[in-house]
Amino acid sequence: MNLVIVDYKAGNVQSVLFALERLGVQATLSCDFETIKAAEKVIFPGVGEASSAMAELRARNLDKLLPTLEQPFFGVCLGMQLLCKHSEEGDTDLLGIIPLPVKRFQTDLKVPHMGWNQLENLKSPLFEGIAEGEYAYYVHSYYVPLSEYTIAQTSYPEPFSAALQYKNFYAAQFHPEKSGPAGSQILKNFLAL
Amino acid sequence: MLTKRIIPCLDIKNGRTVKGVRFENIRDAGDPVELAKWYAEQGADELVFLDITATNEERKTFAELVRDIARHIDIPFTVGGGISAVADVEVLLQAGADKVSINSAAIRNPQLVEDLARRFGSQCVTVAIDTKYTEATGWKVYARAGTVETEHATVHWAKKVVELGAGEILLTSMNNDGTKAGFALDITKAVSEAVSVPVIASGGAGTMQHFADAFQIAHADAALAASLFHFRELDIPDLKLFLKGEDIAVRC
Repeated sequence: MNLVIVDYKAGNVQSVLFALERLGVQATLSCDFETIKAAEKVIFPGVGEASSAMAELRARNLDKLLPTLEQPFFGVCLGMQLLCKHSEEGDTDLLGIIPLPVKRFQTDLKVPHMGWNQLENLKSPLFEGIAEGEYAYYVHSYYVPLSEYTIAQTSYPEPFSAALQYKNFYAAQFHPEKSGPAGSQILKNFLAL
Repeated sequence: MLTKRIIPCLDIKNGRTVKGVRFENIRDAGDPVELAKWYAEQGADELVFLDITATNEERKTFAELVRDIARHIDIPFTVGGGISAVADVEVLLQAGADKVSINSAAIRNPQLVEDLARRFGSQCVTVAIDTKYTEATGWKVYARAGTVETEHATVHWAKKVVELGAGEILLTSMNNDGTKAGFALDITKAVSEAVSVPVIASGGAGTMQHFADAFQIAHADAALAASLFHFRELDIPDLKLFLKGEDIAVRC
């Protein structure tokens, strides 16, 4: 399979690459317009801060390209948030693919929301074979509220979007590449879409 | 519900796992990658690898080991030991580490915490604090693997590094480390209540009840142990079942 991981110097691409390798899949790292456009599937990882990540995307003209993609696309963690419209993190305009806001956790609980939490209300082929209440690994301080595009939710303490789908764009706030066997299954499910 | 994390810590020297009891008497407890895989299967929620070697040459080997670990395990892990610059962190994160832990370097140069948080995000910056209590000084922060007393009071220092951008605190009580008499509940609770980020309790775990106390009394978000797990004095599946029975949210 021609699988491309978007490499824009703001993602923990190595972990995603290794997770795919454990599934026997060789992915290509690229920030090149044509390479990404020609891919059968695209994975868009991300860690770090939203405004710097957007700056890296703009520097590579990817802010123009990514919204035009039509193949199955999977944004992970910050990669999910970047697909949305606007983030409270650094008051940043995002890619605007999914018309949703990204907000900072306002809670007495510890922030970042860090560790293993449960996936609930699963409604997508992305979660084929995943049980309600399965644990996934999170580390984030900003979240996407529940919406009509939510395909899984997690509570901290209020429910938020654990995963989204909008047309061909799938996204997860948790890290499937770090979520043990369940995470591998979710990656496998994406590859099978 | 967000679960409390159980974290085995592996001290690494020359590519092998070692564990110091009260920072002395190092014993060999196996191959890090094999041990890491085994812990992931056992249900460890995260792993910490501390490089206790000193030279730059050996540190290069550590980055290769980090890559090897990332290749083989599917749970998050933190690496630390001898990190003193942004460039050191870049190498480790690129090798596949999820978080880095800095200790003495943060004391020498607090600006480093801010630089790392800005460059890589707070979520991957853990500040490790070695602390010791004496009647004369109260809880103080120690540098250089616990050998040098600093001017910093522990709670104050924890608040400061969080303001600078630390996303997590790894708090080790030197009084308790290696004793198996339990975590230092008072200082862990004080730090946990003083900061907005997660706190890992470390040092002194000997029984399953000690973990329950760290979570219920000291409000730690995670608890770390080393030799207790390495020498199979306590297995993680048993520990998690016990904690679940105590109404503590755990992944099992």
